[in-house]
Amino acid sequence: MNATILLFPGTNRERDMAIALQRATGRKPSITFHRETELPAGTDLVVLPGGFSHGDYLRCGAMAAQSPIMGAVRDFAARGGHVLGVCNGFQILCEAGLLPGALLQNAGLRFLSMDCVLRVERAGTPFTARWQKGATFRAPMAHGDGNYFADDATLDRLEGEGLVAFRYADRNRNGAARDIAGILSPNLRVLGLMPHPEDLVDPLMGGEDGLPLFQSLAESLVSA
Amino acid sequence: MSAAKGLKARVFVMPKNGVLDPQGKAIGHALGTLGFEGIGEVRTGKVIELELSETDPDAAKAAAEAMARKLLANTVIESFRVEIA
Repeated sequence: MNATILLFPGTNRERDMAIALQRATGRKPSITFHRETELPAGTDLVVLPGGFSHGDYLRCGAMAAQSPIMGAVRDFAARGGHVLGVCNGFQILCEAGLLPGALLQNAGLRFLSMDCVLRVERAGTPFTARWQKGATFRAPMAHGDGNYFADDATLDRLEGEGLVAFRYADRNRNGAARDIAGILSPNLRVLGLMPHPEDLVDPLMGGEDGLPLFQSLAESLVSA
Repeated sequence: MSAAKGLKARVFVMPKNGVLDPQGKAIGHALGTLGFEGIGEVRTGKVIELELSETDPDAAKAAAEAMARKLLANTVIESFRVEIA
Protein backbone atom coordinates (compact mmCIF):
# COMPACT_ATOMS: atom_id res chain seq x y z
CA MET A 1 0.00 0.00 0.00
CA ASN A 2 1.36 3.39 -1.00
CA ALA A 3 0.20 6.01 1.46
CA THR A 4 0.86 9.70 1.35
CA ILE A 5 0.39 12.06 4.27
CA LEU A 6 -0.69 15.63 3.53
CA LEU A 7 1.22 18.36 5.30
CA PHE A 8 -0.36 21.77 5.83
CA PRO A 9 1.21 24.66 7.76
CA GLY A 10 0.33 23.81 11.35
CA THR A 11 -0.08 20.06 10.85
CA ASN A 12 1.67 18.37 13.77
CA ARG A 13 0.60 14.71 13.88
CA GLU A 14 2.22 13.55 10.65
CA ARG A 15 5.01 11.66 12.43
CA ASP A 16 2.61 9.65 14.60
CA MET A 17 0.63 8.83 11.48
CA ALA A 18 3.75 7.78 9.58
CA ILE A 19 4.76 5.45 12.42
CA ALA A 20 1.33 3.81 12.47
CA LEU A 21 1.25 3.35 8.69
CA GLN A 22 4.77 1.98 8.59
CA ARG A 23 4.02 -0.41 11.43
CA ALA A 24 0.99 -1.85 9.63
CA THR A 25 2.32 -1.88 6.09
CA GLY A 26 6.10 -2.11 6.44
CA ARG A 27 6.36 0.82 4.04
CA LYS A 28 7.20 4.39 4.80
CA PRO A 29 4.49 6.78 3.63
CA SER A 30 5.43 9.76 1.51
CA ILE A 31 4.70 13.34 2.53
CA THR A 32 2.81 15.66 0.17
CA PHE A 33 2.85 19.41 0.77
CA HIS A 34 -0.28 21.50 0.62
CA ARG A 35 0.97 23.55 -2.31
CA GLU A 36 1.37 20.53 -4.58
CA THR A 37 -1.30 20.05 -7.22
CA GLU A 38 -0.79 16.32 -7.75
CA LEU A 39 -0.54 13.28 -5.52
CA PRO A 40 2.46 10.96 -5.93
CA ALA A 41 1.96 8.43 -8.74
CA GLY A 42 0.53 5.14 -7.49
CA THR A 43 -1.01 6.57 -4.31
CA ASP A 44 -3.46 4.11 -2.71
CA LEU A 45 -4.28 6.08 0.41
CA VAL A 46 -4.29 9.78 1.24
CA VAL A 47 -4.07 10.66 4.93
CA LEU A 48 -4.92 14.04 6.43
CA PRO A 49 -3.37 14.02 9.92
CA GLY A 50 -4.16 16.07 12.97
CA GLY A 51 -2.86 19.44 13.97
CA PHE A 52 -3.89 23.06 13.68
CA SER A 53 -3.65 23.74 9.96
CA HIS A 54 -3.34 27.47 9.24
CA GLY A 55 -3.68 28.14 12.97
CA ASP A 56 -7.36 27.12 12.91
CA TYR A 57 -8.01 30.61 11.53
CA LEU A 58 -11.58 31.39 10.43
CA ARG A 59 -12.77 27.81 11.19
CA CYS A 60 -10.81 24.63 11.83
CA GLY A 61 -9.83 23.21 8.46
CA ALA A 62 -11.39 26.03 6.42
CA MET A 63 -8.15 27.30 4.91
CA ALA A 64 -6.64 23.87 4.36
CA ALA A 65 -9.79 22.76 2.52
CA GLN A 66 -9.00 25.41 -0.12
CA SER A 67 -5.35 24.34 -0.54
CA PRO A 68 -4.04 23.53 -4.02
CA ILE A 69 -3.57 19.84 -3.11
CA MET A 70 -7.23 19.43 -2.20
CA GLY A 71 -8.26 19.55 -5.86
CA ALA A 72 -6.17 16.44 -6.43
CA VAL A 73 -7.63 14.82 -3.30
CA ARG A 74 -11.16 15.51 -4.57
CA ASP A 75 -10.33 13.91 -7.93
CA PHE A 76 -8.69 10.97 -6.15
CA ALA A 77 -11.77 10.42 -3.98
CA ALA A 78 -14.08 10.77 -6.98
CA ARG A 79 -12.11 8.00 -8.72
CA GLY A 80 -12.71 5.75 -5.71
CA GLY A 81 -9.46 6.46 -3.88
CA HIS A 82 -9.16 5.85 -0.14
CA VAL A 83 -8.87 8.87 2.16
CA LEU A 84 -8.41 8.97 5.94
CA GLY A 85 -8.80 12.17 7.94
CA VAL A 86 -8.08 12.24 11.67
CA CYS A 87 -8.95 15.14 13.98
CA ASN A 88 -7.99 18.26 12.02
CA GLY A 89 -7.98 16.00 8.97
CA PHE A 90 -11.64 15.15 9.64
CA GLN A 91 -12.41 18.86 9.98
CA ILE A 92 -10.69 19.52 6.65
CA LEU A 93 -12.65 16.73 4.91
CA CYS A 94 -15.92 18.23 6.17
CA GLU A 95 -14.89 21.75 5.14
CA ALA A 96 -13.91 20.41 1.72
CA GLY A 97 -17.32 18.78 1.32
CA LEU A 98 -15.84 15.28 1.07
CA LEU A 99 -17.82 14.30 4.16
CA PRO A 100 -21.11 15.85 5.32
CA GLY A 101 -21.59 17.98 8.41
CA ALA A 102 -19.13 20.06 10.41
CA LEU A 103 -17.17 19.97 13.65
CA LEU A 104 -18.24 22.63 16.15
CA GLN A 105 -16.47 23.78 19.25
CA ASN A 106 -16.74 21.26 22.10
CA ALA A 107 -20.01 21.81 23.94
CA GLY A 108 -18.14 22.27 27.23
CA LEU A 109 -15.80 24.84 25.65
CA ARG A 110 -12.73 22.98 26.92
CA PHE A 111 -9.98 21.40 24.90
CA LEU A 112 -10.25 17.65 25.58
CA SER A 113 -7.05 15.65 25.91
CA MET A 114 -7.69 12.15 27.25
CA ASP A 115 -8.48 8.62 26.20
CA CYS A 116 -11.99 7.74 25.08
CA VAL A 117 -13.64 4.45 24.18
CA LEU A 118 -14.97 3.99 20.66
CA ARG A 119 -17.52 1.47 19.46
CA VAL A 120 -17.30 0.11 15.93
CA GLU A 121 -20.66 0.80 14.31
CA ARG A 122 -19.75 -0.31 10.83
CA ALA A 123 -17.49 -3.30 10.29
CA GLY A 124 -16.46 -4.77 6.95
CA THR A 125 -15.06 -1.53 5.49
CA PRO A 126 -11.48 -0.94 4.32
CA PHE A 127 -10.92 0.87 7.64
CA THR A 128 -12.73 -1.47 10.02
CA ALA A 129 -12.38 -4.96 8.49
CA ARG A 130 -10.30 -6.20 11.45
CA TRP A 131 -13.04 -5.42 13.98
CA GLN A 132 -16.45 -6.95 14.64
CA LYS A 133 -19.46 -4.67 14.72
CA GLY A 134 -19.99 -3.56 18.30
CA ALA A 135 -16.33 -4.03 19.29
CA THR A 136 -14.96 -1.31 21.54
CA PHE A 137 -11.43 0.03 21.76
CA ARG A 138 -9.51 2.77 23.47
CA ALA A 139 -8.40 5.82 21.49
CA PRO A 140 -6.65 9.00 22.60
CA MET A 141 -8.34 12.25 21.71
CA ALA A 142 -7.05 15.80 21.71
CA HIS A 143 -9.32 18.44 20.26
CA GLY A 144 -11.10 21.70 20.90
CA ASP A 145 -13.58 21.35 18.06
CA GLY A 146 -14.88 17.80 17.92
CA ASN A 147 -18.59 18.38 18.36
CA TYR A 148 -19.96 16.71 15.24
CA PHE A 149 -22.95 18.52 13.77
CA ALA A 150 -25.22 17.82 10.83
CA ASP A 151 -28.90 18.48 10.26
CA ASP A 152 -31.36 15.77 11.25
CA ALA A 153 -31.96 14.65 7.67
CA THR A 154 -28.21 14.14 7.18
CA LEU A 155 -27.86 12.31 10.50
CA ASP A 156 -30.80 10.05 9.61
CA ARG A 157 -29.24 9.31 6.25
CA LEU A 158 -25.83 8.53 7.78
CA GLU A 159 -27.43 6.15 10.25
CA GLY A 160 -29.83 4.64 7.70
CA GLU A 161 -27.04 3.93 5.23
CA GLY A 162 -24.68 2.58 7.88
CA LEU A 163 -22.16 5.36 7.40
CA VAL A 164 -21.50 6.00 11.07
CA ALA A 165 -18.14 4.28 11.56
CA PHE A 166 -17.51 4.95 15.25
CA ARG A 167 -19.43 6.29 18.23
CA TYR A 168 -18.22 7.34 21.65
CA ALA A 169 -19.01 4.35 23.83
CA ASP A 170 -18.04 5.66 27.25
CA ARG A 171 -19.02 9.31 27.45
CA ASN A 172 -19.91 11.89 24.86
CA ARG A 173 -17.59 14.61 26.12
CA ASN A 174 -17.67 17.01 23.19
CA GLY A 175 -21.42 17.10 22.53
CA ALA A 176 -21.26 15.32 19.16
CA ALA A 177 -24.65 14.67 17.58
CA ARG A 178 -25.79 11.11 18.29
CA ASP A 179 -22.39 10.34 19.90
CA ILE A 180 -20.78 10.26 16.47
CA ALA A 181 -16.97 10.06 16.49
CA GLY A 182 -16.35 9.08 12.87
CA ILE A 183 -18.24 8.82 9.56
CA LEU A 184 -17.79 7.23 6.15
CA SER A 185 -18.53 8.33 2.61
CA PRO A 186 -21.27 6.38 0.76
CA ASN A 187 -18.64 4.29 -1.07
CA LEU A 188 -16.99 3.54 2.32
CA ARG A 189 -13.63 4.78 1.07
CA VAL A 190 -13.43 8.11 2.88
CA LEU A 191 -13.28 8.02 6.69
CA GLY A 192 -13.08 10.95 9.05
CA LEU A 193 -12.83 10.60 12.83
CA MET A 194 -11.88 12.85 15.74
CA PRO A 195 -9.87 10.51 18.04
CA HIS A 196 -6.35 9.35 17.19
CA PRO A 197 -6.02 5.58 16.60
CA GLU A 198 -2.49 6.27 15.29
CA ASP A 199 -1.40 7.12 18.81
CA LEU A 200 -2.01 3.60 20.15
CA VAL A 201 -0.24 1.26 17.77
CA ASP A 202 2.66 -0.05 19.85
CA PRO A 203 2.97 -1.51 23.37
CA LEU A 204 5.51 1.25 23.99
CA MET A 205 2.72 3.78 23.47
CA GLY A 206 0.62 2.02 26.09
CA GLY A 207 -1.34 -0.24 23.78
CA GLU A 208 -2.16 -1.35 20.27
CA ASP A 209 -5.86 -0.57 20.29
CA GLY A 210 -5.66 1.57 17.17
CA LEU A 211 -3.58 -0.81 15.10
CA PRO A 212 -6.53 -2.75 13.57
CA LEU A 213 -7.52 0.35 11.58
CA PHE A 214 -4.15 0.47 9.85
CA GLN A 215 -3.99 -3.31 9.46
CA SER A 216 -7.45 -3.23 7.87
CA LEU A 217 -6.23 -0.64 5.38
CA ALA A 218 -3.04 -2.54 4.64
CA GLU A 219 -4.99 -5.72 3.92
CA SER A 220 -7.80 -4.07 1.97
CA LEU A 221 -5.47 -2.06 -0.23
CA VAL A 222 -3.08 -4.91 -1.00
CA SER A 223 -5.85 -7.08 -2.38
CA ALA A 224 -7.52 -4.16 -4.20
CA MET B 1 -3.66 41.67 -3.28
CA SER B 2 -4.15 44.86 -5.24
CA ALA B 3 -4.72 48.09 -3.37
CA ALA B 4 -8.47 48.42 -3.04
CA LYS B 5 -9.88 51.92 -3.41
CA GLY B 6 -13.49 50.98 -3.88
CA LEU B 7 -16.30 50.00 -1.55
CA LYS B 8 -16.07 48.25 1.77
CA ALA B 9 -18.02 45.12 2.50
CA ARG B 10 -18.91 43.85 5.95
CA VAL B 11 -19.72 40.17 6.16
CA PHE B 12 -21.64 39.15 9.29
CA VAL B 13 -21.35 35.43 10.03
CA MET B 14 -23.61 33.86 12.66
CA PRO B 15 -24.30 30.29 13.76
CA LYS B 16 -27.56 29.06 12.26
CA ASN B 17 -30.59 28.63 14.47
CA GLY B 18 -30.40 25.25 16.11
CA VAL B 19 -26.59 25.17 16.03
CA LEU B 20 -25.17 25.12 19.53
CA ASP B 21 -23.18 28.25 20.39
CA PRO B 22 -21.33 27.38 23.61
CA GLN B 23 -19.44 30.70 23.58
CA GLY B 24 -22.71 32.60 23.50
CA LYS B 25 -24.02 30.48 26.37
CA ALA B 26 -20.89 31.15 28.43
CA ILE B 27 -21.10 34.89 27.78
CA GLY B 28 -24.77 34.92 28.79
CA HIS B 29 -23.89 33.06 31.95
CA ALA B 30 -21.07 35.51 32.76
CA LEU B 31 -23.35 38.51 32.23
CA GLY B 32 -25.86 36.97 34.63
CA THR B 33 -23.10 36.44 37.19
CA LEU B 34 -22.18 40.13 36.86
CA GLY B 35 -25.72 41.07 37.78
CA PHE B 36 -27.09 41.98 34.37
CA GLU B 37 -30.68 40.83 34.36
CA GLY B 38 -33.24 39.91 31.78
CA ILE B 39 -30.86 38.43 29.25
CA GLY B 40 -32.30 35.81 26.94
CA GLU B 41 -30.24 33.82 24.50
CA VAL B 42 -26.79 35.19 23.64
CA ARG B 43 -25.29 34.31 20.26
CA THR B 44 -21.79 35.05 19.04
CA GLY B 45 -20.60 35.41 15.49
CA LYS B 46 -17.95 37.29 13.58
CA VAL B 47 -17.65 40.29 11.36
CA ILE B 48 -15.24 40.29 8.44
CA GLU B 49 -14.45 43.63 6.78
CA LEU B 50 -13.26 43.59 3.21
CA GLU B 51 -11.79 46.45 1.19
CA LEU B 52 -12.80 45.97 -2.41
CA SER B 53 -11.70 47.61 -5.64
CA GLU B 54 -15.28 47.36 -6.88
CA THR B 55 -17.19 50.66 -6.97
CA ASP B 56 -20.62 49.36 -8.00
CA PRO B 57 -22.62 48.43 -4.87
CA ASP B 58 -24.51 45.55 -6.46
CA ALA B 59 -21.37 44.03 -7.92
CA ALA B 60 -19.54 44.53 -4.61
CA LYS B 61 -22.33 42.78 -2.74
CA ALA B 62 -22.39 39.91 -5.21
CA ALA B 63 -18.61 39.52 -4.91
CA ALA B 64 -18.68 39.52 -1.10
CA GLU B 65 -21.52 36.99 -1.10
CA ALA B 66 -19.53 34.71 -3.39
CA MET B 67 -16.57 34.97 -0.98
CA ALA B 68 -18.83 34.17 1.95
CA ARG B 69 -20.27 31.09 0.27
CA LYS B 70 -16.84 29.83 -0.80
CA LEU B 71 -14.81 30.53 2.34
CA LEU B 72 -15.96 33.09 4.90
CA ALA B 73 -18.98 31.12 6.13
CA ASN B 74 -19.65 27.40 6.33
CA THR B 75 -23.29 27.27 5.33
CA VAL B 76 -23.72 23.88 6.99
CA ILE B 77 -23.54 25.64 10.36
CA GLU B 78 -23.51 29.39 9.66
CA SER B 79 -25.60 32.00 7.94
CA PHE B 80 -24.21 35.27 6.61
CA ARG B 81 -25.31 38.73 5.65
CA VAL B 82 -23.37 41.31 3.62
CA GLU B 83 -23.46 45.09 4.09
CA ILE B 84 -21.81 47.44 1.63
CA ALA B 85 -20.45 50.83 2.74
